[in-house]
Amino acid sequence: MMAVLTMVQALNQALDQAMEKDKSVVCYGEDVGLDGGVFRVTDGLIKKHPEQVFDSPLAECGIVGTAIGMGIMGMKPVVEIQFFGFIYPAMNQLISHAARIRNRTRGSMHCPIVVRTPAHGGVKALEHHSESTEAMFVHIPGLKVVMPSTPYDAKGLMLSAIEDEDPIIFLEPTKVYRSLKEEVPEGYYTVPIGKANIIQEGNDLTIVTWGAYVKDVMDTIRDIKDVSIELIDLRTLSPMDAETVINSVKKTGRLLIVQEACRTCSISSELMARTIEKAYLNLKAPPMRLAGYDIIMPLPAGEKYYLVNDKMIKHNIKKIMEY
Amino acid sequence: MAYTIDSYDPEEGKQLQILDKDGNLSKDFIPSLTDEDVLKIYKVMVLARMTDKKCIALQRQGRMVTYIPQSGQEAAAVASVYALNKDDWLIPSFREMGGLILRGAHLADILIYLSGNEEGMKNTHLINTTPTSIPIGSQIPHATGITWAMKLQKKQTVGMVFFGDGSTSEGDFHEGLNFAGVFKTPTIFFCMNNQWAISVPREKQTAAKTIAQKAVAYGFKGVQVDGNDIFAVHLAVKEAADRARKGEGPTLIEAYTYRQGPHTTADDPKKYRPEEQVIPWLEKDPIKRVRAYLEKKGLWNQQKEDDLAKECDATIEENVKVMEQTQYKDEDIFLYHYKDLTNDLKEQMEEYKMNKGL
Repeated sequence: MMAVLTMVQALNQALDQAMEKDKSVVCYGEDVGLDGGVFRVTDGLIKKHPEQVFDSPLAECGIVGTAIGMGIMGMKPVVEIQFFGFIYPAMNQLISHAARIRNRTRGSMHCPIVVRTPAHGGVKALEHHSESTEAMFVHIPGLKVVMPSTPYDAKGLMLSAIEDEDPIIFLEPTKVYRSLKEEVPEGYYTVPIGKANIIQEGNDLTIVTWGAYVKDVMDTIRDIKDVSIELIDLRTLSPMDAETVINSVKKTGRLLIVQEACRTCSISSELMARTIEKAYLNLKAPPMRLAGYDIIMPLPAGEKYYLVNDKMIKHNIKKIMEY
Repeated sequence: MAYTIDSYDPEEGKQLQILDKDGNLSKDFIPSLTDEDVLKIYKVMVLARMTDKKCIALQRQGRMVTYIPQSGQEAAAVASVYALNKDDWLIPSFREMGGLILRGAHLADILIYLSGNEEGMKNTHLINTTPTSIPIGSQIPHATGITWAMKLQKKQTVGMVFFGDGSTSEGDFHEGLNFAGVFKTPTIFFCMNNQWAISVPREKQTAAKTIAQKAVAYGFKGVQVDGNDIFAVHLAVKEAADRARKGEGPTLIEAYTYRQGPHTTADDPKKYRPEEQVIPWLEKDPIKRVRAYLEKKGLWNQQKEDDLAKECDATIEENVKVMEQTQYKDEDIFLYHYKDLTNDLKEQMEEYKMNKGL
């Protein structure tokens, strides 16, 4: 019997099982204790694991910096940054230390930390609460970046992230935290990091997306019958599973990337570059992208003018097919 | 009188000194170091000083990359580490070579790193010590995390982190000390107040009278010690470690010392600090002071000094040779970014090999 869970519940279960299995796993951050996190991902965990869950001072650099120290000591800190837009004070710790300790010591030390953070927009939140700056982290050698799109993947990827020996930024798409429910196995299981997921196979067009946009694209293409679409959920943004994307494009000859982040020097830029490098002769149309404009995410009243919608997805599918 | 941190009020601007600049020991304290301890510390300080001079020379000759001189800070770097146990942790900054030598680092490894080769930072002989940390103050939260982990793992160990006076202006200093106060971690925050952050003097870093007094705001003890006095440094660290082991939490120690040389071999202090400021500090030199003490006790003489210099010289030459013979392992530049090479890096490594063959 499998329970039907939201992503919030699936993540809660993953953290619970990880802490049960391994006493060196600790969860801390602002409000993750008694309050259970502002999105309740850590709800009730402090009661079940009082020696592994802590409320910490309000300090992102301190949260990540201390986690690095804990990781060096062989612990498995899974820390929360309350919103992706608040991670910037911790950038120095992530880039200058978390990403570098293994290389700096030529492998004699490493810090296996997981930095969880709710990310992306579509939920009409305040300024700084809807960021999609994942490319900044993907650009950093030594970091891994993961973003699940479903409750099942969220649990499995979280457990993989906790088992992983490299520092991981774990992006949780707030828009589908609760709006999407599915059956999630009760037991411990993992979903591999570094592997994209082919959600739907097709022969005419490859669409690549990740995070909450996976559901949006699925909903939009459900009633498109005249184009055979291969839909890929990237799932891990770094290391990027470009191989799966390129193999798909070699088959379909067409690539459309749908991303929430603004476009310049983004993941879509990278995927397009690689496609041109490796599948140039297979292309039937130029690689296209449906990405955010290069602007700051508008406040809630203006959010809809920034985000991709079903009409835009359909229009671009038509455009690439008619090229 | 037995020393206790509690008897020192950092807000009064008091400074703990046991060995004066002429090598006389205060009668007010029971020294925490035996003659044997002092001899051990002295020898490491001399080796560190001589290595320092050699590194500057090597840099001038183009045989070493930018070097960070250490002269003047040997007492603080060595006597502090001497107060730690082997299984304690050390979280260094970048101007504490003597402390690393004392802790078991091979001089060759230190030199290999200084010559611009990560291989030296593998530090396979140096246990429980994090690598040299270049970005100012950002190692401080690591120390809090390391010691917090010790507490969670119910260990009886402590951790000591080195940082400079400039670091205390960084947010990392605040966040690291604040977390330590809240979680009562067994941390020793050891500030090397060498009065200068490159060209900016200590009084431009903070309007506070002392750095030690900043501990008050974090809810734990702070003490300022004469950083050129091995007895004061050792006693303060020893007591801080004892307190931390007993679960009494962190301590901030401000070692009041002086950077006798430039910040690195890339700057000229004549541009920003009056030369007459340096002279009194040379009189307060930490090595001179220990030598005077040892000579007064009949434990040292010119012959011994000459023998030690010869011995250090031979050690340094031997290790410089190892440094110069050490080849850079080029393929290593790819191997340690992740536990396992990613597919992208595998491909890029092949590209590198191809480029190498061009």
